[in-house]
Amino acid sequence: MSADSQVMSSAVAGVHTNALHNIVTIAKRELAAYFASPVAYVFIVIFLLLVGFFTFMVGGFFERGEASLASFFMWHPWLYLFLVPAVGMRLWSEERRLGTMELLLTMPVSTWQAIVGKFAASWLFLAIALGLTFPMVITVSYLGDPDLGAIFTGYLGSLLMAGAYLAIGCMTSAMTRNQVVSFIISVVVCLLLILCGWPPVTNMLVKWASPWLVDIVSGFSVMTHFESFQRGVVDSRDLYYFLAVIGFSLFTTGVIIRSHRAG
Amino acid sequence: MIKVENLVKAFGPKLAVNGVSFTVERGEVLGFLGPNGAGKSTTMRMITGFIPPTGGRITVGGYDMVENPIPAKRLIGYLPENAPAYTDMTVEGFLGFAAELRGLRGEAKKRAIGRAVEMCFLENVLYQSVDTLSKGYRHRTCFAQSIIHDPDILVLDEPTDGLDPNQKHEVRTLIRRMGEKKAIVFSTHILEEVDAACTRAIIIDRGQIVANGTPTELRQRSELAGAVTLRIADADAGTVGQKVRDLPVVRRSEVLDNNGAVVRVRAFPQPTVKNGDLERSLYELAVREKWRLLELKVEEGRLDEVFRSITMPDTKRRVEEGTK
Ligand SMILES: Nc1ncnc2c1ncn2[C@@H]1O[C@H](COP(=O)(O)OP(=O)(O)O)[C@@H](O)[C@H]1O
Ligand SMILES: [Mg+2]
Repeated sequence: MSADSQVMSSAVAGVHTNALHNIVTIAKRELAAYFASPVAYVFIVIFLLLVGFFTFMVGGFFERGEASLASFFMWHPWLYLFLVPAVGMRLWSEERRLGTMELLLTMPVSTWQAIVGKFAASWLFLAIALGLTFPMVITVSYLGDPDLGAIFTGYLGSLLMAGAYLAIGCMTSAMTRNQVVSFIISVVVCLLLILCGWPPVTNMLVKWASPWLVDIVSGFSVMTHFESFQRGVVDSRDLYYFLAVIGFSLFTTGVIIRSHRAG
Repeated sequence: MIKVENLVKAFGPKLAVNGVSFTVERGEVLGFLGPNGAGKSTTMRMITGFIPPTGGRITVGGYDMVENPIPAKRLIGYLPENAPAYTDMTVEGFLGFAAELRGLRGEAKKRAIGRAVEMCFLENVLYQSVDTLSKGYRHRTCFAQSIIHDPDILVLDEPTDGLDPNQKHEVRTLIRRMGEKKAIVFSTHILEEVDAACTRAIIIDRGQIVANGTPTELRQRSELAGAVTLRIADADAGTVGQKVRDLPVVRRSEVLDNNGAVVRVRAFPQPTVKNGDLERSLYELAVREKWRLLELKVEEGRLDEVFRSITMPDTKRRVEEGTK
């Protein structure tokens, strides 16, 4: 047996394997899968149209008379509520439906490499969609003299928020092979994360509960943590919040996948 | 190279695999036989590290699959049941992805893809999208993925499922040829495949191994093995049957067909009869009776009969329930 394994380890000696290479390979495949279908382009167009509609028509971009992207960023938590779960829903449900999960997880890659690779690809996809809103920045710079720092942190916060929603979508897509079910669950979870810090809700809660409890509840909300990014402030607590949501959701994804495999 | 000890898998209260042990060495092709739901796929999923066992140990090339899965998985090529593949990729892209995950890059990757494509006859569909492939091509694409890194160990779950007879033949030939240098386990419920490709076969039923041996050994477990069939012209079936039955070496005889001109009779030996005695006695009987003997054949036994007699679900279950 030991002679056996020696022969084999020399046979694989010329083979390159490391975590980063595996993650990049999986992410590349995943990203290519997005762009292989028209859904990606449809998604981007819908996203840009909705962003434009809300910013200019509903948000009153021009009426505000100020050179800022406040009316642009304020809609992101709500736009992402439906668009990000739509991107995330296929991540693991599709693997399970096609049976390719069995293929992927019997390759010499670890489960966390697969999870991170797939997540990174869809996050990058969202980043591309978000990046395509750059005409907004040009417009506002042309019209006035905006605070470019605040715009940058706004984008950073928006990207982190998208990542948090996406990680939740990743988790729910691991629960089921049905993409619609996955979509609905992740919309509900994301909605809760919005509502628990949305002023109309917190104002109502204050009447029922003590302020410190309301504070704790709203501390779980994406709204509370996205807010300061929009004002140009990067608070490490907000940063940690989004990273913690991402970390927790991806970890749970791993737990769900493992428990499914255990049967 | 593969060592499975006392493998158990429970899905809830149900034992899908219950105490399976076997080993496969380099140069062996192990056929995994069993009716649907016997636990073949579940066993293979545990060997390849897709699902964790409830109990028991799996060692692949010296590495424990549970404790040290990555180096163990590196040695294995795996074709899962139903040959899954990413439908949004081309055949070439899919094989490239598999090669990259196997750590092959640049020239090595190109060579590996070329080799696998040639062995699986995929040249014609190389740039076609997987979801437009016919079932046979999709199966071969997934098969190509499993051999892309020229693994020492191959685990193939129903590799000929969904292929036409020519393709089945090609795949069996391929398995037998690769089996000379690798350790191969493949599952099937087609019995001819055991003869066509295996050096050894295991029959599994309701999670347990019920037979383990070379195809010849298994065949000898058939009731038919050792029986002698006679073909005689211009004789009376009743008389022939009677005379054959009256021989002391014969336990039982049956008339298989009787179309007036030719009678076919089969004689089963007494358990104590030595090899060769039955044929000799029958031949002497035919000479004595001046029968016009057209054929005298010693039966080898048939795998399907062995398979049926040990995995016969209904009678066995009834017996089990009766004893409870
Ligand atoms: N994930 C699972 N959950 C529950 N039961 C399962 C699961 N996978 C397989 N089984 C059951 O285990 C038994 C063995 O299945 P399987 O290994 O697929 O059989 P085979 O491949 O020999 O046809 C079947 O009764 C099947 O229903
Ligand atoms: Mg099966």
